[in-house]
Amino acid sequence: MSPVPASAAARVRFDSVEKSFAGASRSEGERRVLRDVTLDVAPGEVIAILGTSGCGKSTLLRIVGGLDGATGGAVRLDEQSIVGIDERTAIGFQEPRLLPWRTVTQNVALGLPQGTPAAAGRERVARLISLVGLEDFADHRPREISGGMAQRTSLARALARTPGVLLLDEPFGALDALTKLRMQDLLLSIHEAEPATILLVTHDVDEALQLADRVIVLGHEEGISGATIIEELTVPGTRPRDRGSAELAELRGRLLSGLGIDRHGSARGIETEPGIPIFPY
Amino acid sequence: MTHAPTPATAVRAARPRTGRSRSLTVILGGAIIPLVLLAVWQTVASLGIMPTSQLPSPVMVWDAGVDLAQRGLLLPNIGISVQRVFLGFAFGAAAGLFLGAIVGLSRLGDVLLAPTLGALRTVPSLAWVPLLIIWLKYGEVSKVTLIAIGAFFPVYTTVSAALRHVDRNLVEAARAFGLNGFALFRTVQLPAVLPSVISGLRLALAQAWLFLVAAELLAASMGLGWLLSDSQNNGRTDRIFLAIILLAIIGKLSDALIGIFARWANKRWA
Repeated sequence: MSPVPASAAARVRFDSVEKSFAGASRSEGERRVLRDVTLDVAPGEVIAILGTSGCGKSTLLRIVGGLDGATGGAVRLDEQSIVGIDERTAIGFQEPRLLPWRTVTQNVALGLPQGTPAAAGRERVARLISLVGLEDFADHRPREISGGMAQRTSLARALARTPGVLLLDEPFGALDALTKLRMQDLLLSIHEAEPATILLVTHDVDEALQLADRVIVLGHEEGISGATIIEELTVPGTRPRDRGSAELAELRGRLLSGLGIDRHGSARGIETEPGIPIFPY
Repeated sequence: MTHAPTPATAVRAARPRTGRSRSLTVILGGAIIPLVLLAVWQTVASLGIMPTSQLPSPVMVWDAGVDLAQRGLLLPNIGISVQRVFLGFAFGAAAGLFLGAIVGLSRLGDVLLAPTLGALRTVPSLAWVPLLIIWLKYGEVSKVTLIAIGAFFPVYTTVSAALRHVDRNLVEAARAFGLNGFALFRTVQLPAVLPSVISGLRLALAQAWLFLVAAELLAASMGLGWLLSDSQNNGRTDRIFLAIILLAIIGKLSDALIGIFARWANKRWA
């Protein structure tokens, strides 16, 4: 029997969540960032949240993590409203945010829930470090390891909390392309080993399609301030997915146009001629 | 925990030898200018360019030291000065750490205390002397208090400023993992500001010696500062030189102690 209870993946329900920030000056009014975000996330589901920069995807994640409060509506974790920082959530930030004076092991241990018995905590930290493949670097300081390793450490720290919901805020955004692909595969195997509900904020459409069960796109409707869910789609097939699949390519185009990226360049009068035969051949 | 040595640890193991020869270079290199100064001083003194009453030779200064030591006057004077600096530095630095932490960590503390302390900081040190003498008389307390005032401000300023500039992202990450209040301070903020705290302590120690001499020049019957003013009154230039050289040596030694502490802390925390 494991001394630390395995996490029970939590259900997350967004109920007309709204968030406004006070204006920078007195003359400037409130600025609404999010409005009417309603979403039901099943336990263990992986949801990718897409959107253009500044559309409030990170804010939505921070509300679930309890770092920001919603100004309207509610976020419920297993039917309990979130008030402040919640033990059942853990965040992986875009930057690793490791304490530079602590070793990889000590940084991961920071994520352990308060009151974890020392022996059980050590065991769990060692297990997570081997899960993210950093056994050989367990005693290194953050400045002695690469950016990808630092991000893996940060991921292990979040997992140390045995979270019901894992919140990832563009966790691979700052990594080089190849490291990013490896980290995506790692995240999938982690999700298999530690099945938590995952909310993944990203601006990378391929990443969303590769990792998520469902993809939602946050965006603005014309004339209304505040972003809301403008597109929601279920990714077909089971993970791990073939990165080159034609079906995903089709979804990719749809999502990109949802983000305001014209897939054919037709806006500039470029005619599209499918040079490669379209599946099925 | 054991694991196979990586190239990084192998490189580190090879470093100490070059490090030792480098520190030898540093010690020898640092000694060059004092030795040259000593030689110039000896030459000028023995050529008789300046009268002995104004510029005694190094040997005369040494003899003055030996003479004071034999009469049992040297060590008590050094001892009382060191004691005053140590006490004043300890009280001043402790108060500086405490108030610096309050102002740096709490918005309320910042609003309430920072303007007042900022104003007091601009008062020149010697302006306190008449008040301290009226309130605390000529005893040890007035001198230690003056030194504590001198040691307080460098520590207070560096600590409060450093705490205000701790990486917000790190603090937020630690909060997201459930750290709060004192645990947050101990885990994130304190280690993050430790290097600045130590450089503040270093400045404070230099200030403490400065204020010591000010205090002893004005009102004392013992100590290195008193030795300076007493020798001025008696025309003993050799003793003035002796006191200045002793202040330089002891000041440098006490600074080196903090330097060792700083290196240990940097290895541990940075």
